Amino acid sequence: MKIGIKINGKWHENDVEPRLLLVHYLRDVASLTGTHIGCESSLCGACTVLLNGDAVKSCTVLAVQADGAEVTTIEGLARDGNLHPLQQGFWEEHGLQCGFCTPGMIMSACQLLARNPHPSRGEIREGIEGNLCRCTGYQHIVKAVEWAAEHSGK
Amino acid sequence: MIPESFEYHVPKTVDEAARMAAEFADDGKVLAGGHSLIPMMKLRLASPKHLIDLGRVEGLKYIREADGKIEIGALTTHFQAEYATLLKEKCPLLPETARAIGDVQVRNKGTIGGSLAHADPAADWPAAALALDAELKTVSTSGERWIPVSEFFVDLLTTSMNPGEILTAIRFPALPVRSGDAYAKHAHPASGFAVVGVAARVTLDEKGIVEKARVGVTGVSSKAYRASSVEAAITGKAPSSKNLDTASLHAVDGIDLNGDLYASAEYRGHLAKVYTARALALAVERAGGK
Amino acid sequence: MAAKLLGERIKRKEDPRLIQGRAHYVDDIKLVGMLHLAFVRSPYGHARLTAINTGAARNAPGVVAVFTGEDLKGRLGFVPCAVEMDGLKIPEHPCLAIGEVRYVGEPVAAVVATGRYLAADAAALVEVDYDMLPAVTSMEQALEKGSPLVHESLGDNLAFVAKIEGGDWKSVEADPSLKVIRQRMINQRLGPMAIETRGVIASYSPGEDTLTVWSSTQIPHLLKTHLAILNKMDESRCRVIAPEVGGAFGSKLNVYGEEGVACFASRQLGKPVKWIEGRRENLAGTIHGRDQIDDVEIYAKPDGTVVGLKCFILADLGAYHQFLTPGIPTLTAMMVLGCYNIKNVFVETKGVFTNKMATDAYRGAGRPEATYIIERAMDLVARELGMDPVDVRMKNFPAPGKDIVLPTGVNYDTANYQKTLKKVLKLSGYSKLRKEQVRLRKKGKLLGIGLSTYVEICAMGPSSRMPAGGWESGTVRVEPTGKVTVLTGASPHGQGEETSFAQIVAGELGIPYDDVTVFHGDTAQVPMGIGTFGSRATAVGGSAIYYAAQRIKKKMARIAAHKLEIKPGEVVFADGKLQSKDGSKSVAFTEIVTEAYYARQLPPGVEPGLSELYVFEPPNFTYPFGAHVAVTEIDAQTGEVSLRNYFAVDDCGRILNPMLVDGQVHGGLAQGIGQALWEELIYDENGQLLTGTLMDYAMPRARQFPWFETANTETRTPVNPLGVKGVGEAGTIGSTPALVNSVVDAMSAFGVRHIDMPLKPEKIWVHLKQGAMPGRDAA
Ligand SMILES: Cc1cc2nc3c(=O)[nH]c(=O)nc-3n(C[C@H](O)[C@H](O)[C@H](O)COP(=O)(O)OP(=O)(O)OC[C@H]3O[C@@H](n4cnc5c(N)ncnc54)[C@H](O)[C@@H]3O)c2cc1C
Ligand code: FES
Ligand code: FES
Repeated sequence: MKIGIKINGKWHENDVEPRLLLVHYLRDVASLTGTHIGCESSLCGACTVLLNGDAVKSCTVLAVQADGAEVTTIEGLARDGNLHPLQQGFWEEHGLQCGFCTPGMIMSACQLLARNPHPSRGEIREGIEGNLCRCTGYQHIVKAVEWAAEHSGK
Repeated sequence: MIPESFEYHVPKTVDEAARMAAEFADDGKVLAGGHSLIPMMKLRLASPKHLIDLGRVEGLKYIREADGKIEIGALTTHFQAEYATLLKEKCPLLPETARAIGDVQVRNKGTIGGSLAHADPAADWPAAALALDAELKTVSTSGERWIPVSEFFVDLLTTSMNPGEILTAIRFPALPVRSGDAYAKHAHPASGFAVVGVAARVTLDEKGIVEKARVGVTGVSSKAYRASSVEAAITGKAPSSKNLDTASLHAVDGIDLNGDLYASAEYRGHLAKVYTARALALAVERAGGK
Repeated sequence: MAAKLLGERIKRKEDPRLIQGRAHYVDDIKLVGMLHLAFVRSPYGHARLTAINTGAARNAPGVVAVFTGEDLKGRLGFVPCAVEMDGLKIPEHPCLAIGEVRYVGEPVAAVVATGRYLAADAAALVEVDYDMLPAVTSMEQALEKGSPLVHESLGDNLAFVAKIEGGDWKSVEADPSLKVIRQRMINQRLGPMAIETRGVIASYSPGEDTLTVWSSTQIPHLLKTHLAILNKMDESRCRVIAPEVGGAFGSKLNVYGEEGVACFASRQLGKPVKWIEGRRENLAGTIHGRDQIDDVEIYAKPDGTVVGLKCFILADLGAYHQFLTPGIPTLTAMMVLGCYNIKNVFVETKGVFTNKMATDAYRGAGRPEATYIIERAMDLVARELGMDPVDVRMKNFPAPGKDIVLPTGVNYDTANYQKTLKKVLKLSGYSKLRKEQVRLRKKGKLLGIGLSTYVEICAMGPSSRMPAGGWESGTVRVEPTGKVTVLTGASPHGQGEETSFAQIVAGELGIPYDDVTVFHGDTAQVPMGIGTFGSRATAVGGSAIYYAAQRIKKKMARIAAHKLEIKPGEVVFADGKLQSKDGSKSVAFTEIVTEAYYARQLPPGVEPGLSELYVFEPPNFTYPFGAHVAVTEIDAQTGEVSLRNYFAVDDCGRILNPMLVDGQVHGGLAQGIGQALWEELIYDENGQLLTGTLMDYAMPRARQFPWFETANTETRTPVNPLGVKGVGEAGTIGSTPALVNSVVDAMSAFGVRHIDMPLKPEKIWVHLKQGAMPGRDAA
């Protein structure tokens, strides 16, 4: 089936099997491997991307469901060589160790800050509830999101 | 964790969807948010030959008030229900329930219709639907009908919808005066689903006595149910914590309790009682009682 | 030591690529013509393989080959175990099962296809006939006569027995004044659960006869050696690359059958072959951790002095040995006395085969079990004698000092356990907490305060005590432009050594931190190495780097001295210059580098170039320690536990980068708390894995934790030149007993002495429902 998806501002058109998962489309067809697969079972959040602005687990969305949609992945966050405040925050506050959960974590945090620009620590923890990290114990991730909230535009 | 191949269909209208659902009633499935169906397809526990995606059907995503009732389109996401101002004002049980579901990503994609149609015994929406005496609207090639929620859940993953029928809307009574809603959940630490989830709506009379109580319980047995003996035991009584506790002891009367690795049947039953008391107490408090 | 960058909070060099999705983990690598591998796995705990029909799979679209154990027989070696021990039974462990399957998830057949989806489709078409055999999953049953045998040929299920005995048990047992406290403690089975599952790409080039393997591994060099042996290839023709590794926690400190099969398939087919593990495969077929039953006897004087400890350890090894399987429980035995001056010890460890996945090193590897045993034991002593757990601990600590030898034979490098404990008591407001506890109890509220004071073993380790070498290599190469390349044989994967090693080298050479780049993980680039585990990367690998940098300095100083006409010993490295001590004479760092490479005016006897390899052999392990306090609240109606506060004071020796240390501690805490409260792999009596998905296996999530309050003391170790001890496991080791002690403390109002992990609410409720809490005000 022919589909078109705008990923990070750029149109991609491909003929895909209906069963192709969005995450595999992103990684294998569009060659954007920044989005990771940690469980393929909707529980770890490593595959989180924004689909028309909503954080979704791309291992639980069919590529055909995203036909015509806009997708933002971790590769699409930095602008003109400048890191997104969340990326910067993760760097400043040591919000990552192995980095495998990080792209999904950042995309979830993106969703959180879009809905709630100044979250409390508790709200940050809830906002990343769908994302597992085995390395950091989450505390530096919370700090990273706080950093981003403090340094975001406005 | 890769689904088997299938044919993908994208109806644009409810009629078209109903026609497709009829055509592929034997080996097809409709897809809503996909957050129960796609995981099952990946495990190859479900392998439909035809997948009918409701995602592009016009007019199934809405939350509106009509005739003193709240009507929600089946394709409305958990997230939309969680944040809808109308619901927060008129039917607060719904946003509170929505918020208890899974995580942000799941709520962004999963739908209220999909959850009710799926009838997972540990899902959250069924408890709220039961506590609110919801009605569910279905459409098929032979027309539409409203099913009272009391007749909707049949068994584990089974509803009274016929093959080829599509759930299009759910209707809830708005919160009456002197009433309060509450949802109390003990979530499974791994899956996030309800080990026990209790939804309650309590209406007090002018003297502060319980005029009406509705309690929906999920997670506890093969399907969600209304705890009618709890409702009966508290109706007409003062909502003291003692009375609420005593009434809640009936939360699992006549119920065949589930047991699993996380919680035995006995413990689940106990949790159901405790959470019933908590949901009732919170609902009473919100109704303005003490 | 002129190392001014050390100790600073410096942002990580590895992060820019990781936060932008530009790093490459195994699954991100694509090679031309790459094929995909999928495994068919046993759904049964124990069965005979009677027939495998691969016909339908072979004919499925895109399928290139299907292999079974029979196809590999004699052509691919066995999965290796590196542990040597007297009397250890080592069963043959084929990469694909031959004749019999012994655990759920054991690979039975391998399908190679042109695409990931096609490989999965075809794997579903392989038909395997199984003849069910009785399984055994309980260790105690496995040791009984007449038990089903995991390996018929071994005669029984006992893999080994090991004993440690020290002190004078005759007089201990004869002393009637001693209290004897007995407790069985179960240390449940866990999944390491790196968020990146395992993955491998094997790429064989028939023309060159070379094999290149990308694997998500902690030990590229060891893996290379073993894959060469498995494939009967010259090691010189094999290369292993650990690209970005998405967490490991011990689970990738191994040589797995799937890696062998991928190499075999690539060699057969002459094409690159990729395998990426699914999460369900990961739960069933990546090594597990822990799984011990520990029967403990403690002998204490009425004043709280513990004079003896006996422990009978049953360690569930699973069905086969992986790389270090039988070695793990021996670490438990070694560390069982914890940080206490206990004169008499007896430990008997039995390794038992069962129809489960192998256990092996999981974060902490044997030490969390030891700490759990001794820290629970100290609380039991306190309880029995009516003492405060703090007092019992203080009473039994050795005096602060160096070289403390225990009857288990361990030799603690440096110790000051009093200091960390005092610090955590202050940090947590311990005495206030105790008062609050009393107040709350009167209101029927259950507050628990749990303590653990641990010592652990890091910087693995002297080669004499390690199964496969304990040294580490470091190379420092100053390139002709003056930029510095650092190569480490340790293969970090999240610990941040690209940053801390650059800190070490930049500090030593007096050059900008940004001029130093650290590489690791590629056996073709890094000459030799062991890997990252057991908190060894910085302590051992960093020391190798440090010494390699000293060699570079020595050489550069000679060249500079020649030029400046001073003595080499007078040359100081600072601010990008080599200068005399008083600063009166100086030459740019880069100028000396140019000199070294142009080699026109080198002092006599100095070789051109600036590249030095150093292999560091540590004289001892290091023994970091710490003290933790966990404060829990228990819902008196349901038994639900919530962790209210957590305080950790860790001493990991010298701190090179406090931000990295905090990160390691937090991650460890989450894992240790996860074990105490939620995580558990459960098999039923037939060997079915009942918690084989993330729907059942409860991974810790962000909202389950309070803010961790952490602090440090810094007791440097003399074992290495950096003074660092290691911090990778501290949090995990300290937190598990602190949590359990806390919950048991809260439940002591109900007469509870012990509850086994994980502390699921139902296990607590069982006690709550049995009785009213004494001393509670009428509600
Ligand atoms: C990680 C995770 C955690 C979760 N946690 C929770 C939780 O805590 N609580 C909870 O309640 N749920 C939870 N869920 C389930 C989630 O809420 C699902 O979204 C929901 O159960 C199904 O809705 P859906 O729209 O995704 O339906 P789908 O998956 O698309 O469909 C589910 C089933 O219903 C049928 N169906 C769907 N829509 C219709 C319709 N309009 N008419 C007729 N049939 C229809 C489909 O054919 C299918 O059989 C979780 C899911 C995941 C992946
Ligand atoms: S890979 Fe999608 S949630 Fe884990
Ligand atoms: S940084 Fe490794 S899983 Fe989060």
